[in-house]
Amino acid sequence: MDLAIQANQKIDVQKVREDFPVLHQKVNGSPLVYFDNAASTQKPKQVIEAISNYYKYEHSNIHRGVHTLSLKATEKYENARGKVQAFLNAPKPEEIIFTKGTTGSINLVANGFTTLLKPGDEIIISYLEHHSNIVPWQMLCERTGAILKVIPMNEAGELIYAEYEKLLSRKTKLVAVNHVSNALGTINPIQQIINQAHQYGAAVLIDGAQSVSHFKVDVQALNADFYVFSAHKLYGPTGVGILFGKEEWLNKLPPYQGGGDMIKTVTFEKTTYNELPHKFEAGTPNIAGGIGLGAAVDYIETLGVNNVGAWEDELLHYAVDKMKTLGTVRFYGTAKNKAAVISFLLDGCHPYDVGALLDQQGIAVRTGHHCTQPIMDWYKIPGTLRASFSFYNTKEEIDKFIIALERAQKMLL
Amino acid sequence: MTIKEKEEEVIEEFSFFEDWMAKYEYIIDLGKNLNGYPPEQKTPENIIKGCQSQVWLHAYMDGEKLIYKADSDALISKGLISLLVGVLSDQTPADILSNKLKFIEEIGLNEHLSPNRSNGLSSMIKTMKAYAIAFSK
Repeated sequence: MDLAIQANQKIDVQKVREDFPVLHQKVNGSPLVYFDNAASTQKPKQVIEAISNYYKYEHSNIHRGVHTLSLKATEKYENARGKVQAFLNAPKPEEIIFTKGTTGSINLVANGFTTLLKPGDEIIISYLEHHSNIVPWQMLCERTGAILKVIPMNEAGELIYAEYEKLLSRKTKLVAVNHVSNALGTINPIQQIINQAHQYGAAVLIDGAQSVSHFKVDVQALNADFYVFSAHKLYGPTGVGILFGKEEWLNKLPPYQGGGDMIKTVTFEKTTYNELPHKFEAGTPNIAGGIGLGAAVDYIETLGVNNVGAWEDELLHYAVDKMKTLGTVRFYGTAKNKAAVISFLLDGCHPYDVGALLDQQGIAVRTGHHCTQPIMDWYKIPGTLRASFSFYNTKEEIDKFIIALERAQKMLL
Repeated sequence: MTIKEKEEEVIEEFSFFEDWMAKYEYIIDLGKNLNGYPPEQKTPENIIKGCQSQVWLHAYMDGEKLIYKADSDALISKGLISLLVGVLSDQTPADILSNKLKFIEEIGLNEHLSPNRSNGLSSMIKTMKAYAIAFSK
């Protein structure tokens, strides 16, 4: 990545690997090499223990009990919210909504906008979006008669900024783009995207699923209206995610789901809704998940998210240089600003065949369209192989990966 | 040869392989050598759902026997469907339906193939059996 990451300390990879029990196993007879981090990251024992301890010693339902355990559980859960608030530098804890994940967060916002849009209004997304940042907006358009516009991309997998400027108008009500592309690793110029959208009064939602684990995100500096991510891609548990929304926007949106915790008063005639953030958190939440996310935030903050990003960046360059020496690798997504994701094909080989043969050698990569079919259609390919790195990966693992690729290619050609 | 006999043949063939590479090289070779899929049958309707790669399956009756033809854009999938075609093609629909295949497990493909592919394998068998039901009288 060329955005200068200010790393102040080098990651001690061997030491951090000790925190991840899952990494110390053999798969198909070889030590596991886990390069599928963009799909989901592994969990450090600090996160696993936080969840386990919660269930062992602290579990109770939150927000309503007067007894000690309930108060403790509530405190832990709300502390986790505070950690996420600090992590994103959000102004207020009530602007942090716990959801099921990135997809859940986007659907919450898309659902809320149903009441704010009218036929002819426009929503802008980009070519680089994950299906979860496409489909909810298409459904919103179907409900409201709004129109979906798409920022095109170039061969390198970068958004064509001039085209975005042309799409913007007073009709634009919402812009939803990712910070980092999951399929190609492109880092999008979201600061510019946000600033420009605001000139037209449009709200901006940033899908941060692939960014928060790689570099520092400051929602105030970005001036993002909504910023969403999943815990499981940030070394936390599955089934929990975050919606940051500016208070003024969250107050404009109606509740997403009805139930307990989101109400102030209920009679059969009329229900009044609770205040933020509870208005959007109906029902007993994923308490352990929230606490696990809090532990994951602590973990990554201790390492320093920019230190993490700097090491991943080093791995990215090391891997790309090595892969180039094979002479048969076609790279997809060669943006100047890029996170540690490599999408590629081997000449003459189907990605599924290569993926299966890598798996036989203990190497986990992703194959397929990565939930980004428009990008694959753009390149006129059915899918790619994707290797994505985390701070716990090593250069030795990349060397093994290169040997495994060579072997797979030899077997297939 | 009956389906059982053909299965035994495959199991014996695989018993000689000492490591995963030999096994996969064999499957890949099977894939490379599977020819004769009628081009006009390469239709979207003939694609087996549930496979990560594209696998086409076409079936027709030749007298009493059901004939399968298959193709795939990925070599390993093509090798796998080639194994299935080798065992199940040219048998009566009744025999195809009454035999529970055991060779996949015995040659260790269930455990060694990733879940997606394993699902692909079961989708292949399901589709082949569906044809057998359709052609049963």
